[in-house]
Amino acid sequence: MDKNISFTLKVWRQRGPKEKGQFVSYPMKDIPTDTSFLEMLDILNEQLINKGEEPIVFDHDCREGICGMCSLYINGHAHGPATGATTCQLYMRRFNDGDVITVEPWRSAGFPIIRDLMVDRSAYDKIMQAGGYTSVNTGGVPDANSIPISKEKADLAMDAASCIGCGACVAACKNGSAMLFVSAKVSQLALLPQGQVEAARRAKAMIAKMDELGFGNCTNTRACEAECPKCVSISNIARLNREFICAKLKD
Amino acid sequence: MWLIDSSIGRKVVMSVTGSALIFFLAFHGAMNFVALISEDGYNAICEFLGANWYALVGTVGLAALVAIHFIYAFVLEVRNIRAVGGLKRYSRKERPANVEWASQNMLVLGIIVILGLALHLTDFWSKMQLQDIMGTTASLEGLGQVSPTDGATLIGYFFGKTYVAIMYLIWLAAIWFHLSHGFWSAIQTLGWNNDKWLCRWQVIGKIVVSIIIAMFAFVVIGFWFKAHCC
Repeated sequence: MDKNISFTLKVWRQRGPKEKGQFVSYPMKDIPTDTSFLEMLDILNEQLINKGEEPIVFDHDCREGICGMCSLYINGHAHGPATGATTCQLYMRRFNDGDVITVEPWRSAGFPIIRDLMVDRSAYDKIMQAGGYTSVNTGGVPDANSIPISKEKADLAMDAASCIGCGACVAACKNGSAMLFVSAKVSQLALLPQGQVEAARRAKAMIAKMDELGFGNCTNTRACEAECPKCVSISNIARLNREFICAKLKD
Repeated sequence: MWLIDSSIGRKVVMSVTGSALIFFLAFHGAMNFVALISEDGYNAICEFLGANWYALVGTVGLAALVAIHFIYAFVLEVRNIRAVGGLKRYSRKERPANVEWASQNMLVLGIIVILGLALHLTDFWSKMQLQDIMGTTASLEGLGQVSPTDGATLIGYFFGKTYVAIMYLIWLAAIWFHLSHGFWSAIQTLGWNNDKWLCRWQVIGKIVVSIIIAMFAFVVIGFWFKAHCC
């Protein structure tokens, strides 16, 4: 049976990148527990607009956990208390009547705040861009399965490719390291024969860009893996380390 | 130079120096353990090392390893603080279940280890190898002059004092926590890991580190017992 809960929402409000932000508390009354977290914010924004106040700015798009746009730090967890789920897949049944729910933006030098709960994650796009192209043989259409790839490798590459680039790894990491993201993007190509041609160059270029953009150094705490909505494994980070070290030793 | 100016390179330096120090601790622990079996045997080891050239080369190497590991730790910490935009970050932060406490507190543990090291060098190294290098002997209250190679007497003297024994045990606990994360983290940084080996390395690390620390702890406890109960 669904019930309604009332709670206090403590939300980070900040008018612009350079302005000083602060927490503002909003009492929420009779919210059905089958409401999603973002729907709950929609309800609050509706109320704010009706009162003539500025609505809370937050990122969202597909609302089905695949686009990687939603990005809230809820009650001390990136994407909230649920595991293997994005903020849009979080439901109010996770919370109790009378709770104080703290909502903050991702906080990292690499992701500057644009406004309220929205941060600029274009740093991830720059890292992807630095990765460059992948050589593909053009010409006739190849036969299906003409390039043999073991099931194990195909699965690992697919798991790495499940990264949606939401930035939860950076938000969860005490060092603000983007290694889980970069390792997933390097791994999805490093595991497959098609990605081999530029493999060494790709790892070096993406790490150089990551360092340049001011992300931190990985200390293997595993917080990224725990908070990742797609459960991307830190064994990808080991693979990235391996790729990078081998590429540097060959130079 | 990628070992200085790339994030993975800097971590490789931490990994390699840290692993070398774990190796050193394993040898040091094994040699200490001899003191429990035979005090003469232990003094023979002290004599074998002493101020001989190979022991001096080793000592300089160790000092360099500690210095590099220590300096890099602070360089990395400063960069990491900068990467999250300062010391104050989230107003509410919860540690996920799979994240070890030690992994998030390596710097604090490292500082405790360094402080303990200062105590340890004052207690033992300054009365053994340093005296041997200078060609002098240390004098201790109640013991008089102690030969630089009479390590067993020094162990008995210091660990016989309850407060010293307790301080060393606290120090050893801090090293255990530091290494329980450091061991597998060093291997992960070198890229020698995958989904299967992740858990294995963590277990192997805990076992190896527990054995090393136990060798040290037995010596502390053993000599305390000898002084108080025999």
